[in-house]
Amino acid sequence: MSGDEAVARGAWEAGVGVAAAYPGTPSTEILENMAQYSADVYCQWANNEKIAVEIALGASMGGLRSLAAFKHVGMNAAADPIFSSAYTGVNGGMVLVSADDPGCWSSQNEQDNRLYAPHARLGMLEPADSQECLDFVKEAFRLSEEFDLLMLLRMTTRVCHSKSLVEQGERAEHMGKYESRPAKYAMLPANARVRHVKVEENLEALKKYAETSPLNKIELNDTAIGVIASGVCYLHAREAFGEKASYLKPGITYPLPEKLIRDFCGKVRRVIVIEEGEPYLEEAVKAMGIPCEGKAFTTRQGELSAARIRAAFGLGGEPEITKSSLAAPPRPPALCAGCPHRGFYFAMMGYHDRLVAIGDIGCYSLGVGSPFNGFDAAICMGSGFSIPIGLSKALEKQGDGRKVFGILGDSTFFHSGFNSLVDAVHAQANVCLVVLDNSITAMTGHQQNAGTEVNLMGQPVPALSIRAMVEATGLPKERILEVDPIDQAAMTGAIEKALGTKETWVILSRRPCALLKDVIRARGDLRCEVDAALCKGCRACTRVVCPALTFDSVSKKALISDPASCTGCGLCQQQCRFDAIKKVGGKA
Amino acid sequence: MMKSILLTGVGGQGTILTTKILSAGLAQMGYDVKMSEIHGMSQRGGTVNTQLRFGDRVYAPNIGEGEADLIVAFEKAEALRALPYLKKGGAILMDRKEIMPLSVLTGAAEYPHGADEELKTLASTKVIPAGEIAEALGSAKSQNICLLGALVEALGLPDFDWEGLISAMVPPKTVEMNLAAFRKGREQAR
Repeated sequence: MSGDEAVARGAWEAGVGVAAAYPGTPSTEILENMAQYSADVYCQWANNEKIAVEIALGASMGGLRSLAAFKHVGMNAAADPIFSSAYTGVNGGMVLVSADDPGCWSSQNEQDNRLYAPHARLGMLEPADSQECLDFVKEAFRLSEEFDLLMLLRMTTRVCHSKSLVEQGERAEHMGKYESRPAKYAMLPANARVRHVKVEENLEALKKYAETSPLNKIELNDTAIGVIASGVCYLHAREAFGEKASYLKPGITYPLPEKLIRDFCGKVRRVIVIEEGEPYLEEAVKAMGIPCEGKAFTTRQGELSAARIRAAFGLGGEPEITKSSLAAPPRPPALCAGCPHRGFYFAMMGYHDRLVAIGDIGCYSLGVGSPFNGFDAAICMGSGFSIPIGLSKALEKQGDGRKVFGILGDSTFFHSGFNSLVDAVHAQANVCLVVLDNSITAMTGHQQNAGTEVNLMGQPVPALSIRAMVEATGLPKERILEVDPIDQAAMTGAIEKALGTKETWVILSRRPCALLKDVIRARGDLRCEVDAALCKGCRACTRVVCPALTFDSVSKKALISDPASCTGCGLCQQQCRFDAIKKVGGKA
Repeated sequence: MMKSILLTGVGGQGTILTTKILSAGLAQMGYDVKMSEIHGMSQRGGTVNTQLRFGDRVYAPNIGEGEADLIVAFEKAEALRALPYLKKGGAILMDRKEIMPLSVLTGAAEYPHGADEELKTLASTKVIPAGEIAEALGSAKSQNICLLGALVEALGLPDFDWEGLISAMVPPKTVEMNLAAFRKGREQAR
């Protein structure tokens, strides 16, 4: 099983009662897998990571074991409750799971969340493979309760998404009881000062325990080199150095077992620290006064592999790489055939001289760059609606008449975009804020959100109306435009209207993701076809850059080259002046 | 003993299911198995790589450049893209199926139609027309299981109840077609 599956399994075995998360690669599958245990565990997609942590915190106060999971950048959104609840400690054990993404496989940065543990005052464990994911999460719950600390289980993409063999156990129920304890949980200054002293004592006690914890492993081989590495970096290092080095693999990486590290370093002649991201372990070892090497050989950027370590340390030199004179054409991820976002971006293409667009985090980020040049900036969840406020003020001061468009999706709107919308309306900013509402959290693989009629556990729930939320800001109804983005006349009309005044506008671009099961079912075999007899080969249709549509260089005609993925949305059809594209099939 | 296999294709071709069946079989044979895949943005029509390592004891889950004993490519241009991962003396098993990326559709890049011939000059390369075989059998979707047939031959591991495993792991309605594709794939690789 994958590391994410093993975390879910381990938490279930540990008797977890409540688990909450906001989806984010590579952490998403933790809660998705937890949902199979929803008879025992209350599972929820929270609107954002801060809420997920607070839900877990409430459950812990109430006496249940609880878990909150997020990707690395999600921990930034959740930092507020984490730093203060670190002081309160727990009633039922509480585990935070951070899935970091060295190499930026699907993230906007490569931050190393190990640094949060000393900063926020959390205990930290780092599993290397799926078996350790299961074992460590169970141990994290136990340590959380024994030492009254919030525990951080820190994973990385390769740990989350690698699969290896796992021995499973049974569930042990765990049920505490709620007690009113304001001195422990109400973080007013007088209580917080007392709790800060307490959390330092608890961390000191955990540090003593860490010296003898079975989660730390030492392997003594040749003592010329001693490697210190945690998580998946240990596996890479073990493979690269083999038995030509000795190893210390700390499983508890905050607080670090100082005596154990000193003992190990005393037994080897040269200490090398192998780690992705920041020199977290290296600096800790150096702070103990022990000379060691690490980042002098590897960088802060990217993932490590055994091959990279071998190259960095001259172990067998560079691998022999076979090269070809031919180049493989780039194949970056792209908007799918039938994607509603394509309709919006295509409509906006005609207005780039009159607007500046700011994006956000989601599938629509695939509209950046050629050919749609959809937006100029994307920073973090929700910022697509707040950056435009400041940018519009800057353009205004410079006499730049362009209007700022902010773009984000339904899930991002619920995450934090709504707060930004409120500020934009309140600031009377010269912006047009567009919700690309495809009725699902699509980028991470179709998770439910506040706008869906079913929750993570498969239960029917009331769907929030984005329109009603926008209206609640007091924005006049005539400046809230609801449009099907594939309908180009309607969408260009909406963009024209918003560009016509210096007021705040909202466009609700609504069409469900073409890959949703219900949408596929309703669509049947609906698709477009090109009538070659009518096609003049003008290529107007191929400007929509749909992966299902190509221009046949032999016949010089447009061609639906991938009818299986064509959804018959008709965006290409709207470009044809010769009626050469028709919709066919579909259920009656 | 440890072997590293890189499976590469385009989102939707079924590389991940193939890797799952293969790793389940290898685990049942008693090997230590690790499999690594990258989810997320790569699903949206991009290149999909899954990496599988098996042997007596496997440490790292992922394969670095110059480390793959075998590359299994579900698409012609992806075979070319994966080439740097091939170990000196390693082998390539590839389909000649072509799927045009957007960069080619928009005219920004050219498709390397001759990649299969080129790869034959650079490494031990076997072309399996798995896509065509699958289509002839009735569904392009069994391309992946056809390649799995070729793969177990290439690994020298045909003496295992792969057919039982496939029957248990593919959608029930597609079992017969997939078994036929698997057998054709094995024949091709022999």
